[in-house]
Amino acid sequence: MDDLLSEFLTETSESLSTLDVALVNLEQNPNDPQILGNIFRLVHTIKGTCGFLGLPRLEHVAHAGENVLGKFRDGELEVTPAAVTLILQSIDRIKLILGHLEQNECEPEGSDEDLIAQLNAMAEGRSNPSAPPPPPPPPMPTFESVAASAQAAAAPPPPAPEPEPEPEPEPAPVANVPAPAAQPPAVAAPTGVSAAGAEAKESAVAAQTIRVNVELLENLMTLVSELVLTRNQLLQMVRGKDDSEFATPLQRLSHITTDLQEGVMKTRMQPIGNAWAKLPRIVRDLSVEMNKKIDLQMLGAETELDRQVLELIKDPLTHMVRNSADHGLEPTDERKRIGKPEVGKIVLNAFHEGGHIIIEISDDGRGLNLDRIKQKAIQNGIATESELETMTPQQIYQYIFKAGFSTAEKVTSVSGRGVGMDVVRTNIERIGGTVELKSLPGKGSTFVIKIPLTLAIVSALIVECAAERFAIPQISVLELVRVTANSEHGIEMINNAPVLRLRDRLLPLVSLKRQLLLAEDSEERQETFIVVTQVGTYTFGIIVDRVFDTEEIVVKPVAPILRHITMFSGNTILGDGSVIMILDPNGIAGATGESGLLGGAQAAESQTVRESHADAKTSLLVFRAGGDDLKAVPLALVARLEEIDVAEIEHSHGKPMVQYRGHLMPLISIDGSMNFRDEGRQPVLVFSDQDHTMGLVVDEIVDIVEDRLRVELSDGNPGIIGTAVIAGKATTIIDAGYYLPQAFGDWFGRNDKEFGNADFHQPRVLLVDDSPFFRNLLTPLLSVAGYEVISVEGADKALALRERGDEFDAIISDIEMPGMSGFEFAQAVRADGRWGAIPMVALSSHATEKDFERGRQVGFNDYIAKFDRDALISTLASTIAASKGAA
Amino acid sequence: MNQIVPAGKRQVTELAAPETQDFVTMFIEGQLFGIPVLTVQDVLGPQKITRIPLAPREVAGSLNLRGRIVTAIDVRLRLGLPKRAEEKKGMSVVVDQSGELYSLMVDSVGEVLSLPAAKFERNPPTLDPHWREFSIGIYRLEGKLLVVLDVGKLLDFTRNE
Repeated sequence: MDDLLSEFLTETSESLSTLDVALVNLEQNPNDPQILGNIFRLVHTIKGTCGFLGLPRLEHVAHAGENVLGKFRDGELEVTPAAVTLILQSIDRIKLILGHLEQNECEPEGSDEDLIAQLNAMAEGRSNPSAPPPPPPPPMPTFESVAASAQAAAAPPPPAPEPEPEPEPEPAPVANVPAPAAQPPAVAAPTGVSAAGAEAKESAVAAQTIRVNVELLENLMTLVSELVLTRNQLLQMVRGKDDSEFATPLQRLSHITTDLQEGVMKTRMQPIGNAWAKLPRIVRDLSVEMNKKIDLQMLGAETELDRQVLELIKDPLTHMVRNSADHGLEPTDERKRIGKPEVGKIVLNAFHEGGHIIIEISDDGRGLNLDRIKQKAIQNGIATESELETMTPQQIYQYIFKAGFSTAEKVTSVSGRGVGMDVVRTNIERIGGTVELKSLPGKGSTFVIKIPLTLAIVSALIVECAAERFAIPQISVLELVRVTANSEHGIEMINNAPVLRLRDRLLPLVSLKRQLLLAEDSEERQETFIVVTQVGTYTFGIIVDRVFDTEEIVVKPVAPILRHITMFSGNTILGDGSVIMILDPNGIAGATGESGLLGGAQAAESQTVRESHADAKTSLLVFRAGGDDLKAVPLALVARLEEIDVAEIEHSHGKPMVQYRGHLMPLISIDGSMNFRDEGRQPVLVFSDQDHTMGLVVDEIVDIVEDRLRVELSDGNPGIIGTAVIAGKATTIIDAGYYLPQAFGDWFGRNDKEFGNADFHQPRVLLVDDSPFFRNLLTPLLSVAGYEVISVEGADKALALRERGDEFDAIISDIEMPGMSGFEFAQAVRADGRWGAIPMVALSSHATEKDFERGRQVGFNDYIAKFDRDALISTLASTIAASKGAA
Repeated sequence: MNQIVPAGKRQVTELAAPETQDFVTMFIEGQLFGIPVLTVQDVLGPQKITRIPLAPREVAGSLNLRGRIVTAIDVRLRLGLPKRAEEKKGMSVVVDQSGELYSLMVDSVGEVLSLPAAKFERNPPTLDPHWREFSIGIYRLEGKLLVVLDVGKLLDFTRNE
């Protein structure tokens, strides 16, 4: 049976039995306004609920009854026994209909005109005399026939009870009922036995459930929680003592406690459908109000979750469905125009997935409006335009979860008041859940809410760090990795950032000690543990000293004065009685700069971007310098590998250099320190271009590896592009562009000036490439070749420079770029006078004849394959020269 | 504790002027402090305290009091005094502040005193501003002065952070 209906039946049959008693009381104290008010309210509630559920027959009867009661209440009608009887009759009629409802889930056919007419007549006070005739007879048979059954049903005092088999008023409806199986006999045969049978059936729904104060359940839950803790405490005491006489009884206690816990937990479980019950109505009203056709589909309504959780997600859910209906779905005529089905669809889907409940809310509307979100973000000062430029759509969508962010153009009664998604997110996060958002323009958007099954008791992993114990909710723990001094994979450091190689992936690590500012212990540990944790789609490892057991814990909120510490989600008392803090993986991820939600989407997004640029294998020179970790630089940038006798190193202006092939070659070290070996030979990577040579001092040259260059972790530090797995090892990719200017930028630049080369104009080159790697690779290359390089990551940024009035001698542009492609960019450049004459060189990994042709057509002067650095330099030089010559 | 206090209180109300208030007294660095007796839930000896990383310095940690988690505040640090020497064992007074329990760590806890309002005075202006913030006023006792602590302000960490 429909949950809503069965709930209604339970509720109504309760109200009705109250009503019976109340009416009898009323008859005795006809002028007690309190009783009257009470009765009126009950009937009114029934009427209201019927209207909501679409039970017109019931509603009409209740309505007519309510009218009469209203007159009673207002003193317009006198409470007479005849009147009360009439009311009782209508209540019986309501019961009859309810009985049918319970069995067949629909109202019996038939009409209540007779009764309603009588009630109306009474309400108008005109046919008072005509009304009594029918009523008087019924009370008598009622009284007799039901007296027995009344006791059986433990129903209210005799005068009023279940007068099911009333012969007088029933015939009309009963005759019209076509096929109700059980009810007619009971009604037709006014014998005590069958009446009792009907009675029993009627209250079947009512008897199955009892109403319990929620507070009582909460108290039970708390008690059970404490019981679980005590059980754990006992178990811990007995553990390790095999022959304890307590072992067996404890075992039983443990089982029973677990069962009890589950049982009590179940009393709190409710189908999520309860939270959805109001939605069809809301959506229906919306669809009328906004003149949209909306089809609301609800899947998995029977999925159960904790009452407390249910309460907390009710409002967010309602809000999100409203949003979908209001902003998400297009008006019907717009849908028709763009060829979508007229009826917009909103789908709610709930299901269990690994200890979580997932609720998806999706619509097939227009999707989120990226431009409007951008505008709004700038308007609200949350982000700057340039920040937005570098963000992926998925990242930008997340802004809707910020406070005061409504993109609805006008505030409707429904939504658009700017309180909304931030509250939704806060509410969901408060119960340890997450909300993610996917949106496709024109296709619709989907919100995915992930919430824990229950809030009260969670399973947690107990870890130790700097002699302090902490609990990590088991739900976010993926696996544990033990790292010893001689294990195969150790923790590797990239510029003090620890990482772990875990099955061909680089796992960023967070040191709990560092995050919590705990004292470092002095002695070297033999082993450490890494708790691999997942927050949203972001996976990271937490370094801890020891791992104990998992324990069931009861999460208790921390004191208000500690709420600002985002690292903790609460605290708890362990089995041994000690207080322990519960770590919040979300907070830890956030503190390391990666917010669970944003980070996940971002990581996934940037992953794909990088992959698309990493098809080609790159030769990399792997070396060690300034530390034990591996570093690498693209081999294409390195001219030669040399070993220099330390004795040959000279210093000038405090800078080390050597005489190399008749020139002075400055020496640069990775970490800025100028510590060379005391004696012997020092390996040096020579970067060279034309007359300029620079030596990068390294400790050891390890290998030359051809591998896909996939920068997995990027680092904000200058001099480092990021970290990649190269030949199976975590390796720092060095940004040669950072070191080259250290040697050349000021050194040779000053030389130029000193030589009085006044009219020497360093050509300015604009480099447009979306891949940071290529920008970092080419920038130093070009600057070494004597160009001043401005690099931007997209055509739109380049055009922004044009708007700013920047001038360049040449433009080098990538072809495959997100947003505006290189071809489109060239057209845009050529279309405008300001940059119309600047020579343009296209750069692409697809260097086919066809591409060349297309490139020339749209205005590129030349077309060069990526990685062909010599060709780039020479082409650039000749192109600039040609254009100068032409000018 | 709770049984003793009302008894004492009754006696006092019978004998002395109606304008008296009962205080739990405690010592820090020899200075006498008092807090209204009705705010006090428990008096504890030395407890096993779990440190809370990242918490304000004055928060010594949290402890388990019959299944409830109590946040321990080091009143010495709160008053700008040096930390208690390791070897000296302190005592704590547990107070209820809007449903949350806090344990105020002091050197020792003394008797309950009934003090007449006539002996109450405002903070002298020369009092250390830090102390003035946490002190409601001073009672003149024979031979010593009692500083009445403002528990609400003592536990309000929002303003000086």
